[in-house]
Order: sequence, then C-alpha cells, then structure tokens
Amino acid sequence: MTDTVSVTTVTVPSPIDAVILRAEHLTRRYGDAIALRDVSLSLTPGDCVALLGPNGAGKTTLIRVLGTSLRPSQGTLTVGGIDALRHPARARSQLGLVGHQTLLYGDLSVHENLQLYGRLYGVPELPARITEVLDTVGLGDHRDALVRTLSRGMQQRAAVARAILHQPRVLLLDEPETGLDDASQTALRELLREWADGGRAVLVSSHRLEWVQEMVNRAIVLREGELVDELQLRSPSAPMLAARYRELVGATLAAR
Amino acid sequence: MATIRQEMALPSATSGRSSALTTVLMATTVLLTIVSLGMIVFYAPMERVQGVVQRIYYFHVPMAWVAYLAFLVVLVASVMYLWKRNMKWDRVARASVEVGVVFTTMVLITGMLWGKPIWNTYWTWDARLTSTLVLWFIYVAYIMLRSYTPDRERAARLGAVLGIVGFIDVPIIHFSVTWWRTLHPAAVVAPTLERSTPNAPPQTVITLLVCLLTMTLVYATFMAYRTGLERLRDENRELEQLAGR
Amino acid sequence: MPPFVRQVLALLEKDLRLELRTKDALSAMLVFAFLVLVTFNFALDLRPELMSTVGPGVLWIAVVFGATLGLGRTFAAERDQGTLEGLLIAPVDRSVLYVAKFLTNLMFMVILELVSLPLFVLLFNVPVQPLPVIGTLVLGAIGLSAVGVLFSAVAGNTRAREVMLPVLMFPVIVPILIGVVQAMGVAIGNESARDMPWISLLIAFDAIYLATGAIVFEYVLEE
Repeated sequence: MTDTVSVTTVTVPSPIDAVILRAEHLTRRYGDAIALRDVSLSLTPGDCVALLGPNGAGKTTLIRVLGTSLRPSQGTLTVGGIDALRHPARARSQLGLVGHQTLLYGDLSVHENLQLYGRLYGVPELPARITEVLDTVGLGDHRDALVRTLSRGMQQRAAVARAILHQPRVLLLDEPETGLDDASQTALRELLREWADGGRAVLVSSHRLEWVQEMVNRAIVLREGELVDELQLRSPSAPMLAARYRELVGATLAAR
Repeated sequence: MATIRQEMALPSATSGRSSALTTVLMATTVLLTIVSLGMIVFYAPMERVQGVVQRIYYFHVPMAWVAYLAFLVVLVASVMYLWKRNMKWDRVARASVEVGVVFTTMVLITGMLWGKPIWNTYWTWDARLTSTLVLWFIYVAYIMLRSYTPDRERAARLGAVLGIVGFIDVPIIHFSVTWWRTLHPAAVVAPTLERSTPNAPPQTVITLLVCLLTMTLVYATFMAYRTGLERLRDENRELEQLAGR
Repeated sequence: MPPFVRQVLALLEKDLRLELRTKDALSAMLVFAFLVLVTFNFALDLRPELMSTVGPGVLWIAVVFGATLGLGRTFAAERDQGTLEGLLIAPVDRSVLYVAKFLTNLMFMVILELVSLPLFVLLFNVPVQPLPVIGTLVLGAIGLSAVGVLFSAVAGNTRAREVMLPVLMFPVIVPILIGVVQAMGVAIGNESARDMPWISLLIAFDAIYLATGAIVFEYVLEE
C-alpha cells in the first residue's frame, strides 16, 4: 500500500534559470544515416538521469554530442548558459565525459594522466586535487602505476577520476558499469548519486536496469535516434521501469 | 522539405532562369571558339623561327591562365564554405578542382608538344612548366583526399582546408622555382614567344586576348554544367534520405 | 602563466614523456634516415667531387623521409589509442593542439638532423661548416613540421592515411626542398647559390605556414 509508484510519461518543465544543460532539436547525420533525430532534453541540479535504449538507438552518439566530442548536424546545446557550439572551450570546462574508452594514455601513470588533464582544464591546486580525486575513486595506492597495467575495473575508475577532476557541473557516462565487479559498481553508483546530490547533473546510459534504477530520478528512452519516452520516477521501482522499458524496446523488436 | 532545400541551397527543380543562362553561355562559348580557331589559323602571323608549331602558344598560355584562375576560384570557394557552411560553395570548389586539373594537364601536354619539334625534347625543367607541374600535384592530392573521405561534410571541410593551404603555396613555389632555375639554367629552355620575337606584332596580341577570353568562357561553361550536375546529385541524395532508404 | 602556454607545455611534456618511455617515434625515424643515406650510396654514384652539388639533396631527402615517418604517427597514435577525443573535449583551443604537436615534431626532427648530419659527414666524407648547415636544417624542419602536422591530421581522417600524408605534403614543401638544398650548398662551399635569398625564403615559408596552420587547424579536427 505504501509502495505507490507514479510513473508518468509527462515531461515536467524545469525552471529556466536552474537548467544546467539544455539540448534542443539535436540531429546528427552520418552520411546517409540519421543517428539522432530531433532530440531535446534538459538537466537541472540534482538530476540523475538514465539514458536507456536498445543497441544502435543512438545513446553513445547522444552522449558524445552532449559532451561536445561530436558536432550535431542541427540543433543547439547550452551548458551553464554558454552556447556550446559557438564557445565550445568555455562550455567544455563544465562537462565531464566517461565513454567507452578511458581517454587515458596507457604508457603514462595515473598520476601523470591526471596531471596532464588538470593542467589542460586549469584545475587550481592540482596536486591536492589529484590526491582527493584518487581517494574518492579508491585508486590512491595505484597513482604511479602505468594505466595499461591496470585491470579494466581500475582503468574505469581512473577514467572517472579524470572526468571529475575539474569538478564539472554535468557528468556524462556511457555504460560505465561494464567490466566492473559488483562492489565497484555499487561504489560507482554511490559516487554518482552523491555527485548529483551535490548540485550537479549526471546522465548515465546503461543496459542494466537494476543497476541504474536505484540511483536515478528520471529515465530517458531512445529508440532509433528518437527520444520516445521520458519517465519521472518519484520513487524508484524496478518492475514498473522494467515493464515500461520492455514495452518500448519490445515494440522496436516487433517492428523490425 | 523547405529546410532541406535551403540547407542544400538547391534552386527549384526546374529553374528556368539558370538553365537559360547556361545555354546562352554555351552558345557564346561555341561561337567564340570557332572565331578563335579561325584567328589562330588565318589571322595570327606566322612566326619566323618556329613556324606553324608556334601556334600552340595560343592554346598553351590561355590554358595556363585558366589553370591558375581555377585554383583561385577554389581558394575563394573554400574560404566561403568554411565561413558559410553552405554546400553550394563546396560544389563550386570541387568542380573548379576537376576542371582545373584538366586544364593543368593540358598545359603540361601542350608544353611538351611545343617543345619536341622545336628543341627536340619533350620536357625541360623550365620554371613555368615546373611550377605548373607542382600545381598539378596539389590538384591531384585534393582529388585523392576527397575520394578517400566518404563522409560528405568531412570531405568538403578537409578539401576546403587543402584548397586554402595549397593556394597560399602557389606564389612561394613560383619564386623558389624561378630562383632555382636562374641559378641552374636548363640546357634547353621551353620556347616562348618573347624569346623569339622582341616585339610581338598586334595581330598576335589580339589573337592571344581573344583566345584568353574564349578559354575563360570554356572554363565557365564547364563549371556551370559541373556544378549543376553536382547539385542534382545532392538533391537526389537528399530525396533518397527522405524516402528512408 | 597564461592558459595557452600552460596547455602547450602540458601537452609537450606529455609527448616527450611518452617518447622517452616508449621510444617509438625517434628510433623509427633515425633508423629510416640512416637507411636512406646508405641506400643513396647504392643508387647513385656519389663520388667525392660530386658530393658538394649532390650532397645537400641526399641529406635533406633522408631527413624528409625520416621526418615523414614521425609525422605520420603523431596523430595516428592518438586516434588509435582513443586519447585524441580526450584532448578534444577539454577546453583546449585547437591552435594549442597544433602548436604543441608542431613543437614535439620539431624537436624530434632536430634530434634526427643532429644525428643524421654527422652520419652523413662520416659516410660521404663531406667537409661542412656545421653551424650554418644546422641552422638551415632547423629552418627546414620548422617548415616541415608546420606543414606536416597539419596534413597529418588531415590525412589521419581518411582511409589510406599512410599514402595521403606524403601525397599532400611533398608538393607543398617544394619551396623548402629547394631552399634548404640551395642554402646548404652555400654552407658547403657552393658560392654560386649565394645569389638568392634562400634563408629569407625559408623564414617566410615557415612564418606563413605556421600562421596558416594554427588558423585552419580547428577546421581539420572539427567532428
């Protein structure tokens, strides 16, 4: 009785000045194929949003466009009030990205990688900040290890460290839990939840509903490049989310 | 539909005005070509030392002029594309490279055809011919670059960069090659008009100017048809995309 | 420290550190240049009396081939490892990337030249005035690096990138080729070459292409 769950399919408009990231009508073409079709979304402080969808739906493309590593063919992107297409450098200092690749130099140590990125991002008091970040992700003992000698799980943690080093207001992650053991996955989830609670926004794409549904307050579903649904989750509920998702994804599979 | 047409800068499918203009251009060019050929054969004076062969000059020089003009057009179109991101500028750049490389090849060939009967050698590392040869290589590099880049937008962008970077080199190449040649004069120098006759008679100059004009119009006609063809291709591609292929 | 300088230094340090650790680029460049020098000996009849006219060309070709090897991998390695994207999503101006890569490659080329010159003198017994020759080689390297880094990024985006880099570079660097060889000829004692302002040509080329490269680079890396 107490477990009333409201899963509404209505997008609740956020107050304009609180929006950290606003994407409107993003379209991305690759030659003749259309990877993203008119996708709009916005993120506010405290948002922890899941990006769901079957393979090939365009999740990675969307994250890369939001992270400014890809330019959209059409549409606008505003980060912290800055037009990311016209002033990309300023917008980028507010974004952190954890993608499929670690974006770290395998032949450099964790510490050397963070030093490089810290200086590129202009992070103040870098040495202290590096220590802080390494503690947060639990890599304090491995700071001098070459990245290519680390296990996949530790490399992923190093990638997260790189992404949060400059304290971006928006953190974008593309299936970050792949390759991590259970304990690391839980730790990562807690980290992301804390991050969002600290007044920032997190967008996480994932295949693993059970992992994601316990930390997010909203879910966006992508299918064939289009945003087909946006779910507000006031209190997370695995069966409802899973059911709705299967409904949408199932529809895709049936349509093929 | 409207947005796509704007983006691709396509005119309406049957644009009466532009095809009429092209036809007029074509007609004028054909007419002028006949006139030029007539002048080259009948009007231009016979050159004493070189004889009939010298008349290649009336092809060789205008073609060289067009080869460099085409590259200048590539530069302008490249800058405009990077600035405005309108595909029509990319079509112009690409067409100009294709037409330009043809003219450049013809300059080299006519240069060789001219040299052989006069000096008994096909190729001399003459300053002008050598600079033109380097230009030829830059054109070819552009074409190769585009053919190896399947993504349309990226091909246009990289092509534009090459168009700008390549053109800046043209004067530098010219100077360096000319200086090199003055220090190391070739055993054989490519024939020119100035070397054999100190003061060119007026008929020669007039014939040359007419041929220059004709060749420029030939270039313009090729460009008109080539850009038109590319436009149709782009339009076709857009329609295919919409049809969901 | 202004951000531009701080970022360029950070990137430079990264590249040098990587090179010290892996020694990938320099070893390939040095071996290849040495190989080219020796190959020339078999391909051409390099008698001592010919060396003063032919020598500079032989040395410079060896340097260019070695340099092209290094230039080819400067962006390819970053792309293959996936680290280029990390640099691109950072608040770093594309011209910063260009300058940093330019300096890295310039450094490698100068090292290449400092090794190749004594090798050349040793193999072919050519008396040289070291300082003017090295000065000329460095000016040439600046132009090579400026053009090469730009085209390496352009070519790296394409399917046949090993072939595209030389095809793009070689026509454009013809003036450097002529300038360096002629200027070196003067340094070796070929007085007739002195008549033309080769050094000014090289300096002008270097300045023009460095400026152009820094400006157009963002258009190359845009995705």
